[in-house]
Amino acid sequence: MKTRSEIRKLKTPGGSLVTACYVVPGLPHPLLASEKNAGWKRLRESMDQVRKEIEQSDAEMILYFSTQWLTVLGYLFQADPNPKWTLVDSNWHEFGSMPYEFKVDTKFASLYASEVKEMGHYTREVNYKGFPIDTGTVVAQKLLNPQNRIPAAMASCNMYAEKQETLSIGQAAMRAIEKRGLKTVVVCVSGLSSRYHTEEIPYGEDRFSSQKDDEWNQKILEILSEGRLEDVSEVAREYSRQANADMGFRGIWWLNGLVGKTNDFEGQVFGYEPVFGTGAGVVGLYPKRGIHSLPDWVNDEADLVERFSGDKKKTVETKPDVETKMETSSRGGVSSIVTYEAPKTAAGNVSSKKAPPPVGPYPHAKRVGDFLFLSGVGPRKPGTKDIPGVMVDAGGDVVGHDVVVQTRSVLENIQAVLEEAGSSLHDVVDVQVFLTDMKRDFAKFNQVYGEHFGYEGGPSPTRTTVEVTSLPTPICVELKVTAYLGKKS
Amino acid sequence: MAGKIIAGVLSPHPPHLVYASNPPQNEPRSEGGWEGLRWGYERLNQSLFSHPDKKPDVILVHSPHWMTVVGHHVLGLPHFKGLSVDPIFPHLFRFQYDLKVDVDLSLLIAEEGKKEGLITKVMKNPDFRIDYGAITSCYLTRPEFDIPIVAISSNNSPYYFSNEVGQAQMEKLGRATARAIARSGKRAVLLASNSMSHRHFTTEPEIPEDMSFEHIYHHGQYLWDMEMLKLMKAGRSRQLVDSLPEFMDMALAEVKAGALTWMLSALGFPSYPAEVHAYGSVIGTGNAVVEWDHFKHAGGEVKI
Repeated sequence: MKTRSEIRKLKTPGGSLVTACYVVPGLPHPLLASEKNAGWKRLRESMDQVRKEIEQSDAEMILYFSTQWLTVLGYLFQADPNPKWTLVDSNWHEFGSMPYEFKVDTKFASLYASEVKEMGHYTREVNYKGFPIDTGTVVAQKLLNPQNRIPAAMASCNMYAEKQETLSIGQAAMRAIEKRGLKTVVVCVSGLSSRYHTEEIPYGEDRFSSQKDDEWNQKILEILSEGRLEDVSEVAREYSRQANADMGFRGIWWLNGLVGKTNDFEGQVFGYEPVFGTGAGVVGLYPKRGIHSLPDWVNDEADLVERFSGDKKKTVETKPDVETKMETSSRGGVSSIVTYEAPKTAAGNVSSKKAPPPVGPYPHAKRVGDFLFLSGVGPRKPGTKDIPGVMVDAGGDVVGHDVVVQTRSVLENIQAVLEEAGSSLHDVVDVQVFLTDMKRDFAKFNQVYGEHFGYEGGPSPTRTTVEVTSLPTPICVELKVTAYLGKKS
Repeated sequence: MAGKIIAGVLSPHPPHLVYASNPPQNEPRSEGGWEGLRWGYERLNQSLFSHPDKKPDVILVHSPHWMTVVGHHVLGLPHFKGLSVDPIFPHLFRFQYDLKVDVDLSLLIAEEGKKEGLITKVMKNPDFRIDYGAITSCYLTRPEFDIPIVAISSNNSPYYFSNEVGQAQMEKLGRATARAIARSGKRAVLLASNSMSHRHFTTEPEIPEDMSFEHIYHHGQYLWDMEMLKLMKAGRSRQLVDSLPEFMDMALAEVKAGALTWMLSALGFPSYPAEVHAYGSVIGTGNAVVEWDHFKHAGGEVKI
């Protein structure tokens, strides 16, 4: 992994208040034991470079989100204007103590807490003597803002929150930044791969716990070096499965939410080293355009496929006795799809029991005049949560798709909805196709599609085919169809 | 004379119980709450300390809130004093602690652990803050804090590898602890500082001790808790330990952190019945105060 030592003059394009974003590691080694390992020393030097950038900027606040400040009950916000303590890390206590005294912007804490509370979450502003600030935040603050030149703000990471919630909590931070009106440097304290050595190692001989972790880390850093934060956010789950990313890489979700889900950055990797087997990277992300809160921020469907995370009621099923077990984990998400009763009351809505229930509050189809507009249709089998053509490994993780099987199933589902409306594939006039891997699947998809639409005398609808990053459930193909039910010309 | 294990205790540590007790060391004040569990601790206290021959010399506590990555750590300084603030419930638990440590026994456990092939470390940083789990279990068991303690960290191997790997390590640590106690010549009580089922609510009422809101999170986890308690009461501790990995997965049980397995291993997996002093929920989690009266049933003998 190529690293750079350029120190930039930070700008705030487009009237934005976010000056720069950084991703930094939170283990205490670079702070307390940099002399014991050359890599830890280089990490410290990388943090020094970031410190200099921040010092030379006109930032008025530094906002930390640390994956080591874990909460299970909503979100906490540091509201002590002058927290002071001597921290000792629970594992690396032999490296010594970390006395600290910070200056905190408590007005921001209140604003951020209010924003999150308005979203319906439990919040607490913590202003208690001796409240334990986590090692990650303390290490970052001591290395990046050692003289308290800029007031700090600190927010917790809810360990049960999935992607969508964490993105939304990030976006709430942006709204709070704008209400506070201070130029802000945003720091996400998060490691990369988080597999530790479980035995003592000579400090000078630190290494990544596996080559696979190292390779994944480098891949992620390469994407970040291109400024593609949104793309990294999208692959965070897979990265976590492969390399045990720090707290599921929630920190990246939060950061991506804050900036409004964008790749519009210049990126710079300052350093990348192993710290006790884990991956530690120091990354700068510099906005190319103004970052502003999004007034029409809405949830997408990404979290309708949820992974078990501890306390979500929807993953628990009551069974009559302890011999039959509660449903727990479905890492691929196949058996934990949340489905909805299709709304039937609105005029023109069409719902078919022969098609799989929608995964959101929408009907299977809606008739307007002579046109029938179908919602996007996937391959899930009706009456079950099974998705044909999904290949999973022994751990339940999705490892591949069979586009032929899935396309046939999609078309069967479309036929069922059309039949419910008194129609058929012959009435289809337009098709929009969404594939998750165009290169791999297009030819095979086309073959199956041709069997249904492309034969001589067939309906031959217009068609648009696009590749998308992901679909709401673990599928590789989805079709959106419009049919004409009026008189045939 | 060989040391003895007076009792092993499943000793949950919700800070709510300390908050509800209004001890002078804890800053927040309450109107009570969770009496069922607190009265259970009072019964435990009677059982452990009212018999003149039974009174322990040392309390050992294994807490999931001192989590370590590399090996099993023990406190290695004779005295710790400070303020413990719960990072999740700071509004309930801000506790001034002042406790003594039996360093000799800590060192013996570290030594015996190494003989079992475990990595052990002795924590000697005087600024170290004792975790709230250990403090809560110790306070509820012996509010006077007049008996030295040995605090043992919770290695994260079950989270890092698997439940089974974690269990295997804790069995070894239990054997090492038993041998260390025998060598020390002291009478010890072992506190396994764990709740049972651990799904919990993610909000709390305006008044935290408003008992009209308190109930188990889910009937399924209640059934799991009862199944585990049934095995404890029947003295089927081997079967209990064999069932724990599934219990951990099905009910997100906190015993995953290893304390119960450690304690039962140190007791030699007893076949006598345990006494359930109390069972109740705290913010939806299942908690039981359970005593294995090793003094009564086995004369406190340490099986090594």
